Amino acid sequence: MSQAINFDPIRLPPEAEELRLEVRAFLAEEITNGGFDPTATIMKSGFDREFSKRVGAKGWIGMTWPKKYGGQERSFLERYVVTEEFRVANAPVTAHFTADRQSGPVLLKYAPEHIKLDVLPSITLGECCFCIGMSEPNSGSDLFAASTRATATDGGFLINGSKLWTSNAHQADYMIGLFRTSPCTKENRRHGLTQFLVKLKQSGITINPVRNMAGKHEFNEVLFENLFIPEDHVLGEVDGAWKQATSELAYERSGPERFLETFYVLTELVRILGDKPDARAAEGIGRLVAQVHTLRRMSVSVNGMLQAGKEPVLEGSIVKDVGTLWEQALPAHARNLSAFIDSNPTNRAAFDELLQFATTIAPKLTIQGGTTEVLRGIIARGLGLR
Amino acid sequence: MSSSDNLLVDTTTRIFQDLADPQTVNAATNEVWKTELWTALEESALTLAWVSDDRGGGGANLADGFDILNVSGRFAVPVPLGETLLAGWLLDAAGLPSPPGQMSVAPARLRDRLTIGPNGTLSGKALGIPFAGSVGFIVALADQDGMPHVVQIAPQDCTILSAPGLSGDGRDAVTFDSAAPVAMAPLPANLGDQALGLMGAAVRASQIGGALQAILNITTEYAQERTAFGRKISKFQAVQHNLAKLAGETAAAVAAASSAADTIQTMEDFNDSVFFETASAKIRVGEAAGEGAAIAHQIHGAIGFTDEHVLHRFTQRLWAWRDDFGNESEWAVQLGNFIANGGADELWPLLASR
Repeated sequence: MSQAINFDPIRLPPEAEELRLEVRAFLAEEITNGGFDPTATIMKSGFDREFSKRVGAKGWIGMTWPKKYGGQERSFLERYVVTEEFRVANAPVTAHFTADRQSGPVLLKYAPEHIKLDVLPSITLGECCFCIGMSEPNSGSDLFAASTRATATDGGFLINGSKLWTSNAHQADYMIGLFRTSPCTKENRRHGLTQFLVKLKQSGITINPVRNMAGKHEFNEVLFENLFIPEDHVLGEVDGAWKQATSELAYERSGPERFLETFYVLTELVRILGDKPDARAAEGIGRLVAQVHTLRRMSVSVNGMLQAGKEPVLEGSIVKDVGTLWEQALPAHARNLSAFIDSNPTNRAAFDELLQFATTIAPKLTIQGGTTEVLRGIIARGLGLR
Repeated sequence: MSSSDNLLVDTTTRIFQDLADPQTVNAATNEVWKTELWTALEESALTLAWVSDDRGGGGANLADGFDILNVSGRFAVPVPLGETLLAGWLLDAAGLPSPPGQMSVAPARLRDRLTIGPNGTLSGKALGIPFAGSVGFIVALADQDGMPHVVQIAPQDCTILSAPGLSGDGRDAVTFDSAAPVAMAPLPANLGDQALGLMGAAVRASQIGGALQAILNITTEYAQERTAFGRKISKFQAVQHNLAKLAGETAAAVAAASSAADTIQTMEDFNDSVFFETASAKIRVGEAAGEGAAIAHQIHGAIGFTDEHVLHRFTQRLWAWRDDFGNESEWAVQLGNFIANGGADELWPLLASR
């Protein structure tokens, strides 16, 4: 066999299942006390700093990180449980999730010690929000075409240019930005980009809203004009950001958030179809449940590999490819399966509203964090085709 | 499953490599190799792996048996290994010894029912029984006064209408009327009323997972060899993306099948967890079989549609196996009703419990 695709049937350990009960109790209490409203989180905004602080107080942000940086040194599988329970409860995690999933691990790996000690603990307390500065007006999927310049100057770099489609930049405290420090070379078109830690609330940065088609302000345009970044804010190797990207991808791509973003549609579909669905509706539900169960088992398996210190880049990319296509197609399946339901059950209006919302946001699911096309390229490379 | 940590897997792989290499058997002009293959499998105690030592079997655990079946799928196994494993498992569960040789099981469709009359003979008809015309015994589940019993029957006591089925291995209509069992005992209650359907579905899921792993390899290698429009077709983005989709379907099949196998291995009884995992696996693996076979053929072009190429050995078995022991639609209706009965608020807790 030239390559093997394996997904060991990993089960979550007892400590993770104990934690799940604790997380569910916390979420139930939050909802009862009006700490957050799940429907409003879906339809309006998932950004709530006060909620993030309460999550931080529980020790559930950056929970796998070393204790000296505010972490809890818990396992990836425990983090997995927290992530999936928060996602399914439609809890407002936007203010801390990017830092928890991506930015924190990048800092852990590449930031100098004094910056780690400064920034990471505030992330774990839910007090520090990150955004990701990668896409630009002329570089989206083609990350290595980024042209926003970081020019070396006394004691640091001067940034000029712009980032676009930057989610939550208007609310974030920091960006991890990818800037051009050198031209690419003939041999390596990925050469010449460097990752920086950028403090957002300062002069030299202008943030303009870009409203999305669902009517929300999440995207932004971020303009840099002679913004000074001190040299200790360089993350990793100057000109060598391309080497740093791959190992993080498996974390970023294999989590439960990669197939659960529209899960509420399935739950509400089961609710309105009732306890005696006809054969067509029962078959539809059965297939969708079998598919999402399989995705979750794949995703847990990849996280088990990560916990074991492996780098399942191929498997992680497969989870995101199959998972995002599933969560994107879910509203259309629900639309078909609900076609013959009376229009007067009391919860029909609520279902329709959620379905319309999910239909509207579905296009982004196979674009954000790496498009289907980019993922398939990575999978093809994993198969030895590139 | 990783192939290096399991002696049974290594043994099975070696036997298939030596005696059932798809390329070699596809070009064979007679079927002597089938006899040699079966003898080798039997001598290594693989055919009765699920029968306990004291009843003449291999005494392997269920997980090992599913690993053996995954390997058999990688070679598009053309002998009744899965069927014999299932038959031995049923006999053993009922406390009966297993005979040597090839066996099959009935019913192989979820809707077929067999009964045992007051005089101890069987009645009923079962369609799509794999290899029924060529095995030594058929082991069936049949109801006596509403209680499921395991019965061992000689095929010559039945009326068999042979048909090749999609794989060419035989999917025969068997009429059991008046057949008297050679052996008979009640099925233990903890295996529930869908024991054979669930276990058969898990067997086929493991085999389909293995076959898709092989198809992914065969198709990837072919794309890297075949030149068209002046370059290897593996360099075309459209082909790469199709192969990536095939990898995704293979991954889903392998994950679903091994999760179901693991559940059956861990559970004492055929409870709701076994039902949920196995039904899910057969649905998702069946979907992957259809999608995967279509992509593999598309990438192979005309050569993959010929008799001389090995691809059809795999794709035709994928199509046959996804029909055995309940197809996607049948299991999906059952699973959908199970979910609807539990209600919307139990859906996530159920998923998370696995």
